[in-house]
Amino acid sequence: MADATTPAPRVRSLIHGLDKLRRGQPGELRVTLGHPMENGLRHDGFGNVVPRSIVTRFECRLDGQPVFTADLYTAIAANPYLAFWLRADGPGTLSFEWTGDWGFSHRETRAIDPT
Amino acid sequence: MRRRLLATAATAALLVAGQAAADDARRSGQQFMSPAVQALQRDDAQNPAMLWVQDGEQLWRSPAGDSGKRCADCHGDAARSMAGVAARYPAWDAQAGGALNLAGRINACRQRHQQAPALQADHADLLALLAYVGLQSRGMPLRPPDDARLGPLRQQGQALWQQRLGQLNMACTHCHDQRAGLRLGGATIPQGHATGYPTYRLEWQGLGSLQRRLRGCVVGVRAEPWPSEAPEWLALEAWLAQRAAGMAVETPAVRP
Repeated sequence: MADATTPAPRVRSLIHGLDKLRRGQPGELRVTLGHPMENGLRHDGFGNVVPRSIVTRFECRLDGQPVFTADLYTAIAANPYLAFWLRADGPGTLSFEWTGDWGFSHRETRAIDPT
Repeated sequence: MRRRLLATAATAALLVAGQAAADDARRSGQQFMSPAVQALQRDDAQNPAMLWVQDGEQLWRSPAGDSGKRCADCHGDAARSMAGVAARYPAWDAQAGGALNLAGRINACRQRHQQAPALQADHADLLALLAYVGLQSRGMPLRPPDDARLGPLRQQGQALWQQRLGQLNMACTHCHDQRAGLRLGGATIPQGHATGYPTYRLEWQGLGSLQRRLRGCVVGVRAEPWPSEAPEWLALEAWLAQRAAGMAVETPAVRP
């Protein structure tokens, strides 16, 4: 029987704006990653420091070429949201990759075909 | 003298009530927030609660419990079957012989039809399902059922709303009716209409239930909160639904 108290951790992300991309024109992409961004400064109920666990790097690549990268730090809130502009001149594959503390890594790929 | 004052106040209240039909004095907590937080709620591409909605959609289509049934097996497409559902809870459940809120309804479904364990009030899966089901009613007016069996529960909730609690000896009504719009520390006090739960609170850095929000207030007046399964929470929820009747569902809302 499934444990009713502790859910299995699921890595979740939202990617918006792909369907609005137009060929050769800049379009805004918005990505959100579900992540606690634990800053390492908080204490748990027993007074122990909760170890830092944050996302440190985000990379978006179009057919392997970086189009947007970002370094993230402890002052960024949970579930980090990033918005950036992208111009694609034709069909391709976008990859979104978040990496962080304790070997955290999450990757999404989307095929795009701007009209 | 006092009686005359009261009579004057009553006349004034009647005059106000006359205008209230056209100009409802009730305001969603959304209107007390900064424009930046309002924008976060308005745009689904920015609203972090959508992470839970996405989760809820997956859970809706995933088998659960010993029966292996999915929500979708009975209820089909949530966009059709769940439209308006969140707007009418808490509601009476004949089989349970009592009132259930939407979370109780989902748990009842899990236990009766999916043979799955009930989920605790702030369980991530329950919040995800609540957010997904609640979203299907977004924009619709809250319609608490016209059901006499809910009357005593609503009365209990209203009494709790006016009941002084804790070391600060304050009732909900003192802040949310009498001092709404004023400041408590750095925050504006809203009128306390529960229209957007489960809600993403920036303070929580996550999605939380109405019970969690109420618990925060109860602890805030330095009272000991009731246990999670206590009927007081449901009574307050039933009263709040009645109090906010006709206001639009905002689930999943964002609050500071």
